[in-house]
Amino acid sequence: MAEYQRHEHDVLVIGAGGAGLRAAIEAAHAGASVGLVCKSLLGKAHTVMAEGGVAAALGNVDDRDNWKVHFADTMRGGQYLNDWRMAELHAKESPARVNELEAWGAVFDRTDDGRILQRNFGGHKYPRLAHTGDRTGLEMIRTLQDYAVHQPIDVHMECTIVSLLKDGGRVAGALGYDRERGRFKLFAAKAVILATGGIGRAYNVTSNSWEYTGDGQSLALNAGAALQDMEFVQFHPTGMVWPPSVRGILVTEGVRGEGGILVNKEGRRFMFDDIPENYKSSTADNEEEGWRYTQGDKSARRPPELLTRDHVARAIVREVREGRGSPHGGVFLDISWITSKISNGGEHIKKKLPSMYHQFKQLADIDITAEPMEVGPTTHYVMGGVRVDGDTQMSTVPGLFAAGEVAAGLHGANRLGGNSLSDLLVFGKRAGQYAAEFAARQGSPRIDAAEADAMTRAALEPFARDAATAENPYKVQHDLQEMMQELVGIVRREDEMRRALDALAGLRDRAGKVAVTGNREYNPGWHTALDLPNLLTVSEAITRSALERKESRGGHFRDDFPDKDPAYAKFNIVVRRGTGGEIQVSREPLTEMRADLKQIIEENK
Amino acid sequence: MALPKSTAREGTSPAIGAAHDIVASGQRAAARSGSSAGDQTRSATFSVWRGGAGPAGGLRDYKTAVSEGMVVLDAIHQIQSESANDLAVRWNCKAGKCGSCSAEINGMPRLMCMTRLSDLDLDKPVTVEPMRAFPLLRDLVTDVGSSFRAKKRIRKFTPRAPDAPDGTWRMSQADADRVQEFRKCIECFLCQDVCHVLRDHQLHEEFVGPRLLVHAAQLEMHPLDVLERTTELKDAHGIGYCNITKCCTKVCPENITITDNAIIPLKERVVDRHYDPLVKLVRLLRGKKGESREKGLR
Repeated sequence: MAEYQRHEHDVLVIGAGGAGLRAAIEAAHAGASVGLVCKSLLGKAHTVMAEGGVAAALGNVDDRDNWKVHFADTMRGGQYLNDWRMAELHAKESPARVNELEAWGAVFDRTDDGRILQRNFGGHKYPRLAHTGDRTGLEMIRTLQDYAVHQPIDVHMECTIVSLLKDGGRVAGALGYDRERGRFKLFAAKAVILATGGIGRAYNVTSNSWEYTGDGQSLALNAGAALQDMEFVQFHPTGMVWPPSVRGILVTEGVRGEGGILVNKEGRRFMFDDIPENYKSSTADNEEEGWRYTQGDKSARRPPELLTRDHVARAIVREVREGRGSPHGGVFLDISWITSKISNGGEHIKKKLPSMYHQFKQLADIDITAEPMEVGPTTHYVMGGVRVDGDTQMSTVPGLFAAGEVAAGLHGANRLGGNSLSDLLVFGKRAGQYAAEFAARQGSPRIDAAEADAMTRAALEPFARDAATAENPYKVQHDLQEMMQELVGIVRREDEMRRALDALAGLRDRAGKVAVTGNREYNPGWHTALDLPNLLTVSEAITRSALERKESRGGHFRDDFPDKDPAYAKFNIVVRRGTGGEIQVSREPLTEMRADLKQIIEENK
Repeated sequence: MALPKSTAREGTSPAIGAAHDIVASGQRAAARSGSSAGDQTRSATFSVWRGGAGPAGGLRDYKTAVSEGMVVLDAIHQIQSESANDLAVRWNCKAGKCGSCSAEINGMPRLMCMTRLSDLDLDKPVTVEPMRAFPLLRDLVTDVGSSFRAKKRIRKFTPRAPDAPDGTWRMSQADADRVQEFRKCIECFLCQDVCHVLRDHQLHEEFVGPRLLVHAAQLEMHPLDVLERTTELKDAHGIGYCNITKCCTKVCPENITITDNAIIPLKERVVDRHYDPLVKLVRLLRGKKGESREKGLR
C-alpha cells in the first residue's frame, strides 16, 4: 500500500464555505468526530463573495411577510421544478438559522427599532434579505468560522479530494492530497458530506474562483450517486465587463435593490419593455412606482430591474445583440441617479454599497456615486447538483450527503438572490445532523487499499509524461471554458450542443495527455491537471441535460425551443453513470405536491 | 440567433427621466478607460520569487504581455500558464474580498488582485515576493498557520441573554457600525506581515499581531458580548509588544484604522483594568467587570 496520512472521522465534510462550516458545526454538536476539508485556507471559500444578503421571512421590515410567502416566491422563481419539501423546510427554518448566526456573533444592519434590517431583492415579494452592507457573505463565513474554531472539529486546510471511497454500496471515506507537500491523505469516514459549491470554472466569464470546478458533483457521480437539474445554470445579470481582466466579477443585485436602474445606450430603461405574464401584477409599470418600492413604500410594486435573474440576464443579452449595448458590450447600471432623489445620496450609496464603491473605484476607475457601471451576464451558480432527500440531504448513495450549491432541489429552474445563503444554513445544518445520526448507526468502514493505491497512481501520472510533447493543463482548461461559454452558455441550440459533446470528447482526450513540471509541493499546474476530469464531467452533465430539455425555462434558454412547454413541467432531468462509465440521462417525474402547499401557492398567485 | 423580442419598442419609454444623462456619463467613463478590448498591448518584466527561503530561492525574471486594466495577479496567472506552470500562488476571489493573494510588490505589502499595473512603473521590472514575516513554503506561498492558531486562543464571542422573548437581540445601527469596521477584515494578514514584532523578531507565539487584535477589538466592543479579555490581552496575547508604529494601518486594503480604532482602545482598556488604582478598587468591591453599561444599548 502506498504511503498515506490517515485520518478517521465519524463525519467527513468536504468543503468549508457556508454549507460545510454549518454542517461541521451541527455534526460536532451532535457528538460526532468531524473532519473538515477545505480546498483553500479556512474562510476563503466562495461564500465570502456573496454580497446582497440572506433571505429569511423574519418580517422585520414588512410584517406581511411569512414563510408561506417565501415558499411561494421560491417556487415561482424556480418555475415549480423545485423539490417542494426543500422549499418548505427552507422557508420555515431560515429565520431561525439567521437569528442563530446573531447568537454566534454576526452583526447585521439594523432597523430603527434595533432588529435585523431586510432589503429588497429580485423575486422576493417583501424586503427579506438580512444583510451587512454589501458584504453579507463575509459576515456569515467569518461568524461560522470563528464559531467553528472553538468546536472539536479537525480542519484540513488546503486539501483537495480526488475521489470518494466506498465499502460495498455505502460511502467509506475519501482520498485527497495536501497542497503544501503534495502528500496523499486517506480519510476513513462513516458519513461524508459534500459541500463543495459550484461549477463556474467550466465557463470563461464567471464570478466564481478557481475552486469551483464541479468537484462535488463529479465525486458524487463517480461514486454512483445521481445528479439532477444540471441544465439549470444561473447567469447573474450583472457582472463587470470592463476592463477585460475583471470581466465576470460580480456586481451585487443589492445595487438594484437600493434603487439602481438598467439603461441601454439609447437611454431607455429596457426592463420595462418585457415583463413576463406571471410577474405583471407584481411589477411596477412606471419609474415613479418602482422608485417608491425601493424606498419602502408598501403600496408600490417592484421595479422590473428586480425581476428574476434569468429574465434580467436575457434582457441584457437581447439589448447587446440588437445593438443597444454599452461601449464594452454590456448595458449601463446606474445607482448615481438616486443622488437627485435623496439628499446626501453619494454618502448613502457608499454606506449601503461600500464594497461595490471600492471595487469599481479601484479596478475600473469608476465612481459609482457619480457615473453608471457597465455590466453584463456572468456565470454565477448552478441550480442543479446532487439529487438528495429533502429532509436529510442524503444522496442516492448511503452515507453520502450534500448541502448548499452542490445539492439540487431547492431552487428548481432558477434561484432567487439571497436564497443561496439561507440554503447553506438550513441544509448545512440538516446535512450535519442527519450525517451524524447516520454515522452513529454504522460500524467503521472497510477501506479498499488497492482501490486507493490505483487512485494515487492515476493522480501522479501527469508527472511521468514528457512536458515537451504533452498538453499544458492551463491551456486545456482555458479551451474548455471558451467552448462551454460559446456553445452551452446563456442561449443554447441543439446543433451547438452536439458540437459541444464532440468538443468534450476531444478535450477529454487532451486532458489524458497533460503533463506537469516541477514536483508535488504546492504545484498549481498539477492541481489544475487534477481538476480537469471534474470540469469535463460536469460540462458533459450540463450539456446532456440541456439537450434533453427541449423547452426554455428559468436558467435554461433554448433558442430552438424558446417557449415553456407544460409537458416539461412534470419531471426533473437526472444523470447517472452507466456500467461502462458513460453518462446516462433520464426523466424522473416530480412528486405530487401536498395539498396545503398547493393552496399556499394559489393564495400567493 | 433570435431572443424574445421586447414588446414595447415603439413609443416613449415610461421611464426615460434622467436616463440620457446616465448614458452620456457612461460613454465618457468608457472612453476614459480605452474604447475596445486588447488595444495598448505592451510587455513588461516581472521579477518573481521562485523556490524556498534563503539560498534555496531567488528572483527570476519573466516577460509577459500586459493590457488595459490588468492587475498584478493577472500577470502572475499569465506567467503561470505560459512559462511557469508550477508557480505557487494563492488566490480566490480576485476582487479584494477573500484576502488570499497577499504579496510584496516592489517591496510594498499589497493584494495582487487589487494592484493595477497602470499604477506601477513598467519600464523597470516589477518585483513580486512572498510575505516575509511568515515562513516561506514555496514561491509566493507562505505558512500563515500561526495567525489561524492564534484565533483559537482568543476566547469566543459570548452574548448577553437575549433581549426579546423570541430569543433575539436589539441593537442600534450606531452600535453595529462601531464593530463593522473591524468585522470587514478579510484576513489577508498584510498587517501581520509589516508588524516589526512578527517580521523582524518573529514573536508569532508571544504576540498575536494586529489582525488578531482587530479580532479581539470586535469582540470587546461587540454590542452583545459580555466577556472581558483584557487580562489575556496583556498576559497571553502580548498587546504590550505593539509600540504603535502604525505600519499595519498603512497597508490595510480594507482601510481599517487598526492602530487608532482597535489597538489603542484595547491598550487603554488594559491600562484601565490593570493599572488604574481607583478602577481596581471599585472592581474589587463590586467583584465584576462593570462592562455591560459601556456596551450596546444598555
